[in-house]
Amino acid sequence: MNSLIWLILMSLALGLGALALFLWSLHTGQYEDLDGAAQRILFDE
Amino acid sequence: MAIKPCASPSASSPHDAPAVSASLARPASLQSTVLCAHCGLPTAGGRFCCAGCDAAHGLIQTLGLGTYYTRRILARDHSTLRPDPFNDAAHISVARHVQTAPDGTHSIVLAVEGLSCGACVWLIEQVLAAEAGVKTARVNLTTRRLTITFTGDATRADQLAARVASLGYRVAPFDAARLALADDAHGRALTRALAVAGFAAANVMLLSLGTWFGLTQHMGPATRDLLHWVSALIALPAVAYSGQPFFRSAFAALRHGRSNMDVPISIGVIIVSCMSLAETIAGGVHTYFDSAVTLLFFLLIGRVLDHRARGAARATAAQLLMLRASDVRVQAADGTVHRVASETIVPGDIVLVAMGERIGADGIILTGDTTLDSSVISGESLPQPAAPGAQVFAGMLNLGAAITVRANATAADTLLAECQRLIDAAQTARGRFVALADRIARAYAPAVHLTALTTFMVWYFVAGRDFAWCLRTAVSVLIITCPCALALAVPAVQVIATSRLMRLGVLLKSPTALERLAQVDTVVFDKTGTLTEPTLHLAPGADAASVKLAASLASTSRHPLCRALCEAAGPVAARAGVTELPAQGILAFTQGGELRLGRAAFCAVIAEPADSPELWLTTPHTPPVRFTFAEALRRDSAKTVATLGARGFGLALISGDHAASVQRIAATLGITTWRARMTPPEKAAYLGELATAGHHALMVGDGLNDAPSLAAAYVSCAPASAADISQTVADVVIQGATLAPLALLLATARRARRAIAQNLVISLLYNLIMVPLAISGAVTPWIAAIAMSGSSLLVMGNAFRGTYRAGGDRR
Repeated sequence: MNSLIWLILMSLALGLGALALFLWSLHTGQYEDLDGAAQRILFDE
Repeated sequence: MAIKPCASPSASSPHDAPAVSASLARPASLQSTVLCAHCGLPTAGGRFCCAGCDAAHGLIQTLGLGTYYTRRILARDHSTLRPDPFNDAAHISVARHVQTAPDGTHSIVLAVEGLSCGACVWLIEQVLAAEAGVKTARVNLTTRRLTITFTGDATRADQLAARVASLGYRVAPFDAARLALADDAHGRALTRALAVAGFAAANVMLLSLGTWFGLTQHMGPATRDLLHWVSALIALPAVAYSGQPFFRSAFAALRHGRSNMDVPISIGVIIVSCMSLAETIAGGVHTYFDSAVTLLFFLLIGRVLDHRARGAARATAAQLLMLRASDVRVQAADGTVHRVASETIVPGDIVLVAMGERIGADGIILTGDTTLDSSVISGESLPQPAAPGAQVFAGMLNLGAAITVRANATAADTLLAECQRLIDAAQTARGRFVALADRIARAYAPAVHLTALTTFMVWYFVAGRDFAWCLRTAVSVLIITCPCALALAVPAVQVIATSRLMRLGVLLKSPTALERLAQVDTVVFDKTGTLTEPTLHLAPGADAASVKLAASLASTSRHPLCRALCEAAGPVAARAGVTELPAQGILAFTQGGELRLGRAAFCAVIAEPADSPELWLTTPHTPPVRFTFAEALRRDSAKTVATLGARGFGLALISGDHAASVQRIAATLGITTWRARMTPPEKAAYLGELATAGHHALMVGDGLNDAPSLAAAYVSCAPASAADISQTVADVVIQGATLAPLALLLATARRARRAIAQNLVISLLYNLIMVPLAISGAVTPWIAAIAMSGSSLLVMGNAFRGTYRAGGDRR
């Protein structure tokens, strides 16, 4: 039972972390030029 | 500093040559085989087609960015890279749109046209980075916007914009107000809601799987309750946050006494959440938290994609208008001349219009006798003389002499005011077209709520089961009928069709345009500028050598007739030592004598005044040559009209032009129903008659005089060359110089309607199978989860299959 609680907490923490990362990337405008991002990978600066 | 190789061949490869030159539709005999090293168009024999391309190539080589040419993929259809010295937008001042941060850094956003691939992005960014004072330059390839931040003088923005324009791209200041940026905030809110719903759906499902399998393997009640409580803790805040877009829309609809698809969705989600919470508190066996959040997750995916596809189409349409904006020259009281934006003109301003320019404001001619091409306003294909005192409209092309215009407020009796009145009347009369999904929702919501109520009544009063069980069963009916697949059935198809059409240059501006297009049975065309090219063309009959000679004189002139000559001649080398006399003609001296190109009097020719625009060419030893100009059909008008006729659409041609011209075009294209000399109200009334007769008409038109009929039509379409007001009114805007996408648009709309119908049948079948199960009380949470996800995936899959099946993407 104890292990179950830890596992639930860990999975929630991982999920929340991913959610926070996504919201951060959305906030910094990383989804605003998906076509450009696909092409930029070919630039070799 | 280089670009890694792209997979596609470079534009200068031999197989691209026919595609590029064919797109210009020049006579084959006048073409050369040498392609310009910069823009890829045929040249007169040198490396470059014009001085602009030579300069652009030089700039790129000087900066060491030559790899651009080997890495790029040129657009084949509508955009070219030739720097255009005659483009009005090139004279626009962008400096007033500069924003300055507190630390002295300036920034400016420009709309860019002509981007064809990643190499363009790279080139623009590198060229700007080489400029002194530029801190960052970043091109957004999705929205086609360039953001530059720089230090120093704010007016340097004009030089930076000119730098980009000198490469062959067209730029215009990006005016956020015209795009309604609040829309973008809504998009972000939807995406955040999607993220939260996704997080909750994944985690609750994880916990739910535990309980579903635990129940079959003797999970203790304490563990089960713990898992339920954790699920509730995740799901309830997620529903409260992610459900807001639906709750708000449902509430707004109910408050106005209407119903939409969001009403059954909201009621379903809220009831499921409340019932599951009650079960959790009571220590019950079954909770449905996973269904509630998964439902929201699926629906939000649809909403986000829908918002993006539609927002992109609308933004592109607005950007098209922005790129056409041009500055107006205004004479101040002290006689000085300033360039100002046309929106800032106030009544009483004196506006200067040079020969060959478009008039930038509505007004009265003060000085100057001239000829005006008003085809974009009235549909009249031949230029008309205009004298001081005449009313002129923004958009008319000044073909004769320079004039001054006193801007006036739109007087109540002008054409523009009348058109605006007709548009307002038509838009009120058209009323609100109710989208198919909302019509279904009107019937669906009461039906399912009645079914749930009946289920409860019958079990409780007739069968005598206990209260809690009956309530649970009734709620499970609501869960099963919560319209996930139904709510996705229409948007899934629309998103795919809208995005696909956008790639082909067709912008669907109205959300219901696709549904209305599918019902079209009659296509009504305007003539001037729609079936014909928006500019005049050289009439056939002139001999090629004279045309070439005249074009060599005309190549530096921006006069529309000179542009038409050059267009017809193909690439020719510009002659040196040419003098242009405004409103007269062009003069050049050779060893043999004088060369003159211009009006009859200038060339000392005595001739009957022609009824169409003309230019004369005189050379020392040969008799004078006359060039006449006329409207020319768009190169695929005939094919498009024939295709539509063959598919069984009724065809009609209505025009403001005179009968002879309309009849000629109608006969050429095989359109039997035509009307000439139609005023804007008559055109709108004609569309009204069609509607009364039970026809669903698609109006295709471009002029200001077409705007009322575009508004009055069941659905309307305008080419990108149309007058601003017509583009704003039209439901669909077609980019590029062809009408060919029209046939594709109608076919796609019909295919989309078929896919939508199939999707509705799938969702209905799902309900027919699952509702009896729910009524009988046999639905457990895991059955609900599988049924709901399964039907949604089926509907999405069918949307892809149905919209893509026939033909695929033809580019």
